[in-house]
Amino acid sequence: MEVLIAAPALPLDEAGKYVAGAYIVFMVLLVVYVAIMAAKLGRIERELREVAAIAEERKDERREEVNA
Amino acid sequence: MYGKGLKPLSIATVAMLALTLSLVFFYAPLDADQGFIQKIFYVHVPLAITALVGFIAGGVFAILHLRSNDRKWDAYSYVAIHISVIFGVAVLITGAIWAKASWGHWWVWDEPTLVSFLIVFLLYATYYPFRYAIEDRDRQARYASVFAVTAGAFVPLNFMAVRMAQSLVHPRTFATAEGGMPGEMMLTFLCSLVTMGLLWTTLVKFELTAKSASGQVKRLRRALDAPVAGGNSRIAPEVS
Repeated sequence: MEVLIAAPALPLDEAGKYVAGAYIVFMVLLVVYVAIMAAKLGRIERELREVAAIAEERKDERREEVNA
Repeated sequence: MYGKGLKPLSIATVAMLALTLSLVFFYAPLDADQGFIQKIFYVHVPLAITALVGFIAGGVFAILHLRSNDRKWDAYSYVAIHISVIFGVAVLITGAIWAKASWGHWWVWDEPTLVSFLIVFLLYATYYPFRYAIEDRDRQARYASVFAVTAGAFVPLNFMAVRMAQSLVHPRTFATAEGGMPGEMMLTFLCSLVTMGLLWTTLVKFELTAKSASGQVKRLRRALDAPVAGGNSRIAPEVS
């Protein structure tokens, strides 16, 4: 444990890659989450279009029945 | 309903994220002890605090669900825990990077703060299979709420136990014997904390809005007597 406490601060060139790594991990997780949500919303939009098409079909069928 | 106010909230989150990153890299001074590595603190600690508060919020929503039997609160509880678990993944990874740079090890098993957070994270990781294992939707919601309340109560207890353990490795942020952080660091930290809180709230609202839209489409399909595409999700609660 003493070795851990005594570890000196890293020089800027070496520390930079760790700091960049931490912030990149955070950003990547955020982007991956947003991408997954975008895919989900795309699926909902597709389903909504299908439901709208079914509703339109039903409306046409009913109109034909009334005309007949 | 859930999407109300999502646009200004998203804009505020992005603006705060930009401000916080500017403060972290151009305003906050370098730490005398840790140097540039200490910049990880501004993403790691606020993420951890937000994740833990999110777990407690999940427990509070679960209490509201158990009291009112309103499925809306079950959805809130599920989404709060879901987003907090994602934040937890970020906490563990950024913490490991900081530990490697600062202590020379990716993970230290005899450090109470690290291990306790891992225990909390793993506890909440079991929430999904627990929920998935129950077929009946009402029982699923009820049992998941009981889990969320119990686990939510464990979070502050765990935090207090760790504070009482006198470890010398993991740094303390507030109320240190030396008087804590200097003003610029504290301002940057508080800004980062607000940003993470806003981000958590935005993602929770975003997820609830998506679930609500999906639920409405399924209801519409049922009303039209059309087959439901992909079937119902057995894990995620349906929101109307």
